[in-house]
Amino acid sequence: MQKIGVFICWCGSNIAATVDVKKVAEAALREPGVVFSADYQYMCSESGQRLMKDTIKEKGLTGVVVCSCSPRMHEATFRKAAESCGLNPYMVEIANIREHCSWIHKDIEEATEKAVILMRAAVAKVNLNQSLTAGKSDVVKRALVIGGGIAGIQTALDIAEAGYEVDIVEKKPTIGGKMAELDKTFPTLDCSACILTPKMVDAAAHEKIKIYAYSEVEKVSGFVGNFTATIRKKARYVNENLCTGCGLCTEKCPSRKAPNEFNEGLNTRSAIYIPFAQAVPKLAVIDPAACIHFKTGKCGLCEKTCDAKAIDYNQKDELIERRYGAIVVATGFNVIKLDNFEEYGYAANPDVITSLELERLMNAAGPTGGTLLRPSDKTHPKKIVFVQCVGSRGQRPCDKPYCSKICCMYTAKHSMLIREKYPDTEVYVFYIDVRTPGKNFEEFYRRAVEQYGVHYIKGQVGKVAENEGKLRVYGSDLLLNEQVVIDADLVVLAAAIEPDESAKKIATMLTTSIDTNNFLTEAHPKLRPVESATAGIFLSGVCQGPKDIPETVAQASAAAVKVVGLLAKDQITCNPCVARSDELLCNGCSACEKVCPYGAISYMDKEVNDHGKREVRRLAYVNEAVCQGCGACTVACPSGAMDLKGFTNKQIMAEVDAICR
Amino acid sequence: MKYSYYPGCTLKTKAKDLDLYARKCAEALGAELEEVDEWQCCGGVYTTAQDEIATKLSSVRALTCARDRGQALVTVCSACHNVIKRVNNDMAESEYVRTRVNNYMQPENPYKGETKVIHYLEFLRDEVGFDNIKKAVVNPVKRRIAAYYGCLLLRPGSVMAMDNPENPKILENFITAIGGTPVVSPYRNECCGAYLTLTDSAAPEKRSGLIVDSCEKKGAEMIITACPLCLYNLKKNGGDKLPIVYFTEILAEALGIK
Repeated sequence: MQKIGVFICWCGSNIAATVDVKKVAEAALREPGVVFSADYQYMCSESGQRLMKDTIKEKGLTGVVVCSCSPRMHEATFRKAAESCGLNPYMVEIANIREHCSWIHKDIEEATEKAVILMRAAVAKVNLNQSLTAGKSDVVKRALVIGGGIAGIQTALDIAEAGYEVDIVEKKPTIGGKMAELDKTFPTLDCSACILTPKMVDAAAHEKIKIYAYSEVEKVSGFVGNFTATIRKKARYVNENLCTGCGLCTEKCPSRKAPNEFNEGLNTRSAIYIPFAQAVPKLAVIDPAACIHFKTGKCGLCEKTCDAKAIDYNQKDELIERRYGAIVVATGFNVIKLDNFEEYGYAANPDVITSLELERLMNAAGPTGGTLLRPSDKTHPKKIVFVQCVGSRGQRPCDKPYCSKICCMYTAKHSMLIREKYPDTEVYVFYIDVRTPGKNFEEFYRRAVEQYGVHYIKGQVGKVAENEGKLRVYGSDLLLNEQVVIDADLVVLAAAIEPDESAKKIATMLTTSIDTNNFLTEAHPKLRPVESATAGIFLSGVCQGPKDIPETVAQASAAAVKVVGLLAKDQITCNPCVARSDELLCNGCSACEKVCPYGAISYMDKEVNDHGKREVRRLAYVNEAVCQGCGACTVACPSGAMDLKGFTNKQIMAEVDAICR
Repeated sequence: MKYSYYPGCTLKTKAKDLDLYARKCAEALGAELEEVDEWQCCGGVYTTAQDEIATKLSSVRALTCARDRGQALVTVCSACHNVIKRVNNDMAESEYVRTRVNNYMQPENPYKGETKVIHYLEFLRDEVGFDNIKKAVVNPVKRRIAAYYGCLLLRPGSVMAMDNPENPKILENFITAIGGTPVVSPYRNECCGAYLTLTDSAAPEKRSGLIVDSCEKKGAEMIITACPLCLYNLKKNGGDKLPIVYFTEILAEALGIK
């Protein structure tokens, strides 16, 4: 028979204001096995824990029930306290009488009754609890970072600096991501490439960092501390050990019509190309969809030109398998497609562009060499209209409900840079609100308005109509309560940002969750912002939610710290609440193996002694290091052989009985 | 195939051509339009007051008639189409409106928005098919034609569900089917000034003038529309620049029945 102590926490007034804690304590004493009960103001406090520890020692308790907040908050606290005075931590159970009871009820009598029932269920369970011992598993001391933008680069650099190996897997031919496409960065207006490219070079040069560019993670198995990832290294058709990045092939290539991704399709590139001058790794890559050799079998000019003999038309995709202790998702974002925003005429008019396209039009390495010319007739635009919140903060199906966060600031940046460089240009900005929380952000925006004379108009744009070479913008000025019509030369749309399309696939692969907008979900919105709910998977950058560069870098470093904290351990404690198969009940049907999402169950032939009858049977075997204790197999098992330690069928039935009593 | 047909008041008076050629063309294309029994004016404008039911009753009568005949209801006038389709949506979606209207009208079989309401253009696109119209054309129109949609035909987009209100294609595809070349004006889905023509004629002068000018500048030789009020406003404020006709008229011409 167990000797159980029950502790009821007031949680200040969080619980005590709605639940009569004294009554719960009295009721506890009437439960089988309970030898002690007490209520206390803050059980999680030092003195509350001491009360629990002292009682365990004095009364020789074999089990403990704490009626308090959610086990997600303090289960670990109380289990550690029990362990410190010699009680097996898995003999401690939590009855959640806060989130599940006092916070959602108003009537004291009702809430007290429910708290008593929850307490009874927990006591019934502890009566059947058994001591469990957690196993250990080794930690592979290498991290995988998926995505090579500024988030992935910063995370990788920080992990490498701490002395651990990191692999960056980037699907594009170069690392650098979106930041490499930007011209200047707010609020200091320093050149984006100038601050990013040294980091790219550092990452490439670091002895602990390995970059798999033009590669994608195809499969991930395993668990925290011991993941195995399959990486597909896509064929570049260029031998990366031989290519010197001289770029001669890209000059000779006769196929020059492919849209240049780096310049947002504003100009074209050759079929064999190097994404941009500071690309890392600086290697050529052949786009087979545009290459004449791949389409007709002829040409071969690049092969003839290359002194290094690096061209290899027969190169195949390569599959690489690597083991990792931790995985960081840094898959970043894209600007939304504007097909459904036809009121702005983006598809119909070349002079209606996105802000990211404007970055390229203003960049010295862009299609116009940094001179702002409008795409249609290559003239200087004299009147420019910026439209904010295109697809952000909207209610239509094509809209995103969230604020994209970066647009207010980069629009202030663009308008200022244009007024600085071309003072004869008139700049209008249509906005819903101007949101500038951030260090020196408000001051930056005020400068655009006051010093640079940018016309900010509160209101939205309803239509952009092409009219004799001009773009007639119809908007509303909500402060003057009148319609505004502006004949503009260029219209710039601050299109919403959304997670990269790979995020969903990767989240599924890593069994971690995403929200309705496909952003990856953090383990806790305030207190665990860089961890996912899946152990060993961390989040860095915009894949978790809209962020500017300073925030992205801060989160990237935070994720790195979490990874380093994990990799610094030689072994990690496994969850002992894993599945176990009863050999005498198992009929070897494979039902459990089929439902196991972690591949933890295999089968083996084993001799069993079934009531004196000896025979060899096919039996389920659970790999405890791989099992995550989800319980899917216990439900699937037709013969009831599978059971989950710490949550046995008997324990759960006892809880149900206690609730229904 | 038989359809219930709701012409509306204007088609019996000012817009006789719209009605006449709609019927003739349907016949030529092998469909029969059966006028709704004892139909009344749709009200002209859909009221957005949520607790207003009196102005919805006429539409519900037409809709119930079509339902009882087991037919889809075809409309031609943009304004009628807008009113009837939105009332039908209310009857399907709003329990408040449905209960009150049925309580008031006491029909044998309560109406719950069962009727499929289609505009004549949708009838051409979805029932007949533009491919079949193309085959039936005997006099390809061979002109540069600007389509003018106006505002009521497409909006609100979620209820009317005919085409993308910001970049519609249905009239352009229609023009292509009858052998014409569509001319796209950015103002083709803007308001013509509508009923303001009665109280403040400056508004439709400006709006309709802009629309006709834009079509002319884009090289159109003709404007087609589905709405009698749009036609009136465009003709009054720019009819000297371009011929402006109903789409059913030009269809009849193409089919060789005008």
